Amino acid sequence: MSTHTEHQASQGPEPLDVNDPKLTRFDIVREGARRDDIEIVHYEPQVLPGTKAERRLTRVVAGFFLITGLAATAFLAIYIWWPWQYEAGRGGDKFYTPLLGFTLGVALLAVGFGILTWGKKLLPKEVSIQDRHEGQVDSEGRTITGQTMLYMADELGVKRRPLLGISLLAGLAPVAAVAAAPLVGGLISQPHKNNQMFTTGFAAAEGGQRIRLVREDGRPIRPADISSGGQLTVFPGIDHGVSNRHADSPTLLIHLRDSDAQESRRANEKVGHGDYMWGNYAAFSKICTHAGCPASLYEQQTNRLLCPCHQSQFLITDNARPVFGPASRRLPQLPIEVDSEGFFVAKSDYTETVGPDFWERP
Amino acid sequence: MKRRKFDLAATPGKAAVGVDDRFAVATPLRKLLNKVFPDHWSFLLGEIALFSFVVLLLTGVFLTFFFEPAMTEVVYDGSYAPLQGTPMSAAYASSLDISFDVRGGLVMRQMHHWAALLFMAAIVVHMLRVFFTGAFRKPRETNWIIGSLLFWVGFLAGFTGYSLPDDGLSGTGLRIASAIMLSIPVIGSWVTSSVFGGEFPGTIIISRFFIAHVLLIPGLLVALISVHLGLVFKQKHTQWPGPGRTNNNVVGERMFPRYALKQGGFFMVVFGVIALMGGLFQINPIWLFGPYEAWVVSAASQPDWYVMFLDGSTRLMPAWEIPIPIGDGYVIPPLFWPTVVLPGILVGLSTMYPFLEARHLKDRKSHNLLERPRDAPARTAVGAMAVSFYIVLTLSGANDVIADKFQISLNAMTWAGRIGLLVVPPLAYYVTYRLCLGLQQHDREVLAHGVETGIIRRMPDGRFVEVHQPLSASNGHADGHGQLDYVGWVVPKKMNRLGALGPAIRGFFYPIEKPVEAPVSPGHPPVEARPEREEIGSGESRR
Repeated sequence: MSTHTEHQASQGPEPLDVNDPKLTRFDIVREGARRDDIEIVHYEPQVLPGTKAERRLTRVVAGFFLITGLAATAFLAIYIWWPWQYEAGRGGDKFYTPLLGFTLGVALLAVGFGILTWGKKLLPKEVSIQDRHEGQVDSEGRTITGQTMLYMADELGVKRRPLLGISLLAGLAPVAAVAAAPLVGGLISQPHKNNQMFTTGFAAAEGGQRIRLVREDGRPIRPADISSGGQLTVFPGIDHGVSNRHADSPTLLIHLRDSDAQESRRANEKVGHGDYMWGNYAAFSKICTHAGCPASLYEQQTNRLLCPCHQSQFLITDNARPVFGPASRRLPQLPIEVDSEGFFVAKSDYTETVGPDFWERP
Repeated sequence: MKRRKFDLAATPGKAAVGVDDRFAVATPLRKLLNKVFPDHWSFLLGEIALFSFVVLLLTGVFLTFFFEPAMTEVVYDGSYAPLQGTPMSAAYASSLDISFDVRGGLVMRQMHHWAALLFMAAIVVHMLRVFFTGAFRKPRETNWIIGSLLFWVGFLAGFTGYSLPDDGLSGTGLRIASAIMLSIPVIGSWVTSSVFGGEFPGTIIISRFFIAHVLLIPGLLVALISVHLGLVFKQKHTQWPGPGRTNNNVVGERMFPRYALKQGGFFMVVFGVIALMGGLFQINPIWLFGPYEAWVVSAASQPDWYVMFLDGSTRLMPAWEIPIPIGDGYVIPPLFWPTVVLPGILVGLSTMYPFLEARHLKDRKSHNLLERPRDAPARTAVGAMAVSFYIVLTLSGANDVIADKFQISLNAMTWAGRIGLLVVPPLAYYVTYRLCLGLQQHDREVLAHGVETGIIRRMPDGRFVEVHQPLSASNGHADGHGQLDYVGWVVPKKMNRLGALGPAIRGFFYPIEKPVEAPVSPGHPPVEARPEREEIGSGESRR
């Protein structure tokens, strides 16, 4: 089968007798290809049997497969015996994952290269041409199938008996709705339950008790706890106030410097938030009005608050007006004061909607 | 009674006959074994995506054995000391366990993530190949649409998977996703509330994303990929023009054994590369991000690369809020345009492109031969425009990192992105169009006059001219050489493409064959091309 059969003329239209004992196996292969409209026009061994090149390539392929065996064995040995459990400061486990990846990678790459070399270098090169039968539209076939389908419609007789079609539709439409109903009905959830989109954890409890501002560890905050120019993330002092259950409540409490505080107060008065600050302290929602990330990078020098997700910037001294980036709305301000025990409390809940914008927000 | 002899060598043959008696598969099997595939390196790009998908399925199944898709609050007590005692969701705790307390779990998790990135990258590169060579034209429009959908379904698969560990970074991504849903006019708050089962983050989203990520989306992917491959099989692969290649045939190799061997080997190579990456390159170290807390985020929070273009579009969008003064007043937030409308337009444009182009060119023919990008300058330029649009958006998705590393003002980066998004694509269109025309012209020039040899000859009148090596024998033209027709394939432009100036001895470390013995006579060095060099203009010449 190692014959050079380039550009051999096709051997007549009649199919070969494949049971002819004189045929070689390759003759039969080519006959099979022909029956699939494939002409093998070029078939040429890349290496001749028994040559040095063949022995060399065989060694290369075998070498690749042996590397695979070695690497896979190494993988298993490492998997079983290498110390793998994390222990701070020990370090040996640090190499566990890289070693596994390396041995597995080498094993797979070697078997891949072995197979590729086998296929690309040792197997004969060939050029075959297969007919696409493009453009030879089987118009008779189309006609027959088309007529068959039309005849099926005739048999059903929907045209003659329109009531059947109408009643079928009327019957099936509700079935489709039945299929969809549990899915839609089960998933749908009223977004305005308990007015949840417009309230936060700072909404006063039922007794009118004002909510304290607390730190992440739950302790309340005195004015002296924040130095001038400093800021602190605070939460409503309620059950689970410091958790994702109140994801819209985290607030930034800022102690402004004197000059900035005066500027802030003037700006606050303009938007009707004249009494929202307490002394030089102001509190703004930390949840960006753009996409809801925590706007948490506070630049003391410029009093700008930057949201690291999409770089919206809010000018704190101008009532947290968005001055750059895609945010279009101010960060809502929390009205604060200090209670009789000297801790910060929220005078009321936020008076504007906290978090990203939505259709019915205003 | 004579005992029947058992002939081991005949067993497979007998079994085969037995199978064929029952199922009559011999002829269909022969057709399958014989099917001809054209070969070119660029046809393997889609395969990378397919193979990555297989790796994703394998590693993903492993991960499901250990992942707990629940947002129940637990206190971490695994072996990663820095987080011990931290309250977190069960999903995050089990992701940490996969990384630290499951033997070999981390390498699997990282392979899964790298395979996902490779899957998306291969889809994009494959799509570019199909676009720039015109492989999407009739009769393959359906497959183009399926391919575009595969990108978006893969995008969803990536996003849902990336959200599952419920770490600080992915939680921020989920927060943004909820804001995107919220921004849809009229139904936004209902959609968000229904998806999250109440107000963000709720307690159910991880379980819902889990079933989407491990069942619904992979099911859809498998279905789409099957149809995609089935159509390639049915319609037969496109091929480059070349000797003997027409619109009505496929020139290449039969599928078995050589083509299939190469595919199998290539699968192993892709798998091996993913294993190397999964082991050697850290990705998504969730233990550094901590559990998701609504008030914590760090700078340089970037999504996976294929989501970055949407992040970029969101950053570049000006703060244009559209108020609607009806009743209590309504609002369309600026977030709606770059994250809902833009992807919608992109899906529409990309899926409809084959029909738009065919309509524009009034082209109703079937095309099985590919076009070189230079031969369809308008299409290539449109593609370059789309690519540059995408690149500006993707870079803008990382503009804070760029601003930080290169000490550029962040606001300047944003403005550069906004202006760049409008200016760069048209520029790319113009430049690409001119480049295509230039390349076309050079092809024609070489066909007409031959290859530059680098030999300068002085004419009797003192002029210097460069000698050209004509590509065809003279056919009686006045200028002494014949004009060849351009056939849509590579034109040799250097002497070594003609067999001259090639490396004298083959072999990487040592010669694998003896250099050709040629009679050397003074003044007449051997100049004939060696027989194993390919012929000029052969379709195989790029291999």
